Amino acid sequence: MAAPFDLNDDGVVVIVGSGAGGGTLGNELAQQGIDTVILEAGGRHEIHDFVNDEWGMFGQISWLDMRTTSGSWRVARDFPNLPAWIVKAVGGSTVHWAGASLRFQPHEFRVLTEYGAVHGANLLDWPLTLEELEPYYDRAEDKMGVTGTHGIPRLPGNNNYKVMAAGADRLGYTRYHTGNMAINSENRDGRSSCLQIGFCFQGCQSGAKWSTLYAEIPKGEDTGHLEVRPQSQVLQIEHDDAGKVTGVVYADAEGNQHRQKARAICVAGNSIETPRLLLNSASAKFPDGLANGSGQVGRNYMRHMTGSVYAVFDQPVNMYRGTTMAGIIQDESINDPARGFVGGYEMETLSLGVPFMAAFLDPGAWGRDFTWAMDRYDHMAGMWLVGEDMPQESNAVALHPEIKDQYGLPVPDVRFDDHQNDIKMRQHAFRQGAAVYEAAGALKTYRTPPYPSTHNLGTCRMSERPEDGVVNKWGRAHDVPNLFVSDGSQFTTGGAENPTLTIVTLAIRQAEHIRREMAAGNL
Amino acid sequence: MRVIDKRLQVGRRGFLATGAATAAGVGAVASGGVIIGADGAWALNVSTLSPDAASTMLQMARDIFPHDALDDSYYARAIEPYDQQAGEDADLHSLIEEGTAALNGKAQERHGASYAEIESEDDRVGLLHEIENSALFKKLRGDLVVSLYNQPEVWQRLGYEGPSASQGGYIDRGFDDLNWL
Ligand SMILES: Cc1cc2nc3c(=O)[nH]c(=O)nc-3n(C[C@H](O)[C@H](O)[C@H](O)COP(=O)(O)OP(=O)(O)OC[C@H]3O[C@@H](n4cnc5c(N)ncnc54)[C@H](O)[C@@H]3O)c2cc1C
Ligand code: SF4
Repeated sequence: MAAPFDLNDDGVVVIVGSGAGGGTLGNELAQQGIDTVILEAGGRHEIHDFVNDEWGMFGQISWLDMRTTSGSWRVARDFPNLPAWIVKAVGGSTVHWAGASLRFQPHEFRVLTEYGAVHGANLLDWPLTLEELEPYYDRAEDKMGVTGTHGIPRLPGNNNYKVMAAGADRLGYTRYHTGNMAINSENRDGRSSCLQIGFCFQGCQSGAKWSTLYAEIPKGEDTGHLEVRPQSQVLQIEHDDAGKVTGVVYADAEGNQHRQKARAICVAGNSIETPRLLLNSASAKFPDGLANGSGQVGRNYMRHMTGSVYAVFDQPVNMYRGTTMAGIIQDESINDPARGFVGGYEMETLSLGVPFMAAFLDPGAWGRDFTWAMDRYDHMAGMWLVGEDMPQESNAVALHPEIKDQYGLPVPDVRFDDHQNDIKMRQHAFRQGAAVYEAAGALKTYRTPPYPSTHNLGTCRMSERPEDGVVNKWGRAHDVPNLFVSDGSQFTTGGAENPTLTIVTLAIRQAEHIRREMAAGNL
Repeated sequence: MRVIDKRLQVGRRGFLATGAATAAGVGAVASGGVIIGADGAWALNVSTLSPDAASTMLQMARDIFPHDALDDSYYARAIEPYDQQAGEDADLHSLIEEGTAALNGKAQERHGASYAEIESEDDRVGLLHEIENSALFKKLRGDLVVSLYNQPEVWQRLGYEGPSASQGGYIDRGFDDLNWL
């Protein structure tokens, strides 16, 4: 029973966005009896709306509002108006995500201490430790049904995994397996087990893969304390003279604007829209944007060091069969500066269908070299490389000086330059990825440049001291006591791991903090 | 392991096709708004674009993404939407007409034949390299990535099975049947 709350109800917590952060937080608050309204810019598309069609699903639910890019990263050249692949729909990017769910390593919460100052990088230790997060990681893994944790069996390896595992073994790697995936390996939580459909990036039609769309939000709605309002794009956050936020202005499907009052506001629009909303909420009291006393809103944008290696074999692989991310090699995820860079990276199988492979294998390529590979699509194996990148103050989401969106608001410009450390890590990862496939007998390997960012992090980072970041260890704004950031924007640094498990973990913990603070009369 | 038959299946696209389907070079003849495959197996109708422009575009498409296993019909289908779009968009119309005319001009100058009539693929590709930064080339290449590779018939020829949910996924259909390692 979903509770419709009144626009003038100033007792509700308003959450902006229904993805990994917002959807989880909404359910967790509702479970504790806290009235909550989630405003979601996109529509509500249920499992039966999903289709096994790469461009079809991309067009249906991606965030395609105007964005610009700048800086020297290759994405700015290949995809100038698509800096990131983010979903605009109820469930957010957890509709399209692959499900890889890894904990941060202990040292990744204190990189400034561990790595020391790195020239050009704005490194900072997180204001919390792995120890503090462990109980919440436990709860997140249990909720998401992460394989290889809590006695949940791992998934079986598909063909793509078999190739990677064989290469890993021959190369002497030891830490490889079918991953820690938020994909049911057996029926669990009212959802079926994985049918190896192979369209994880298009929305899981069996519901085996965790998504806030069907694994969190309906549970929250059942309590009577959660309302999700789709097609409701928040344009501005408002505040009173005392500097506390009071509500949001949002546009409905017809473009009509409404004002929803709130007791507290939690922003979880993913790391491009979250800082954009804060910047677009500038006022006389907060001339540089809401919660931006530090000047760090939008800065330190991270996207992980990424790249892919595809390899063509003599024999068929048919990598597209089964889970998209079907296994991982973790040997390179450690911090070993002897390799020429700080931080580490993961190697994870990845498969694209023919439509996406054509677009992403080597953007801009044409001619016989390219079609030679495409002709051997069924003989290809693939992996994605994902590692820690360096936060840099100049890598930033900023308001475009001229271009406006359909609501007349400045669009976000995403500026990014690779750090020398990112470049060295990518070279190493490309070399090792190719070596894995060569060890398995590859005829030829391809080094595929980064796709539009799927991991967007750091633009409202957590810090101990207000001058170093935007939010504190609870995701609560240093400058605005009833404003929270509840998505990957909070990350102080990125770690080598796919971020969503940590986003969910922080959301569970934040929900507890909000309840405690409400009970104590502080919120 | 279960492997995909990538050969063309006769008649499945509703046009005649020969088993080998090599089709090196566009064997098309143009006559008054209709471009017909040399074997008569497919036809591309143009009403707003000139037949010269259309057949040049067809050959360019082939040379940009040359797949010997794909006959011209796949490329014809990929460029077909331009005819209607050019009818609604004057800028696109002149981009295509002027761009192909310029390419044909270069082709005549260097090889004494229109682009599509140059026999050597290397010669044609050499000309394409010269115009690789032109607006027409960039548009055609960028569009083809989707209009060619998003055809389900092309998927099969490249060994991709497409949608699988309706068949119950791959859990019982070879997700882990690789046995050559
Ligand atoms: C193809 C793909 C594969 C991925 N695979 C993995 C993986 O294997 N493992 C992993 O850890 N991560 C993966 N990710 C990343 C993962 O999806 C994200 O890290 C995660 O979903 C981010 O959570 P979030 O809450 O910050 O944002 P999202 O989940 O993106 O949700 C943000 C929501 O906010 C809404 N919104 C934004 N602005 C507004 C506004 N102004 N008003 C109202 N609503 C708004 C958006 O519409 C969206 O629904 C993948 C992502 C993609 C695209
Ligand atoms: S492979 Fe498994 S998780 Fe992925 S879409 Fe299919 S059933 Fe869902």
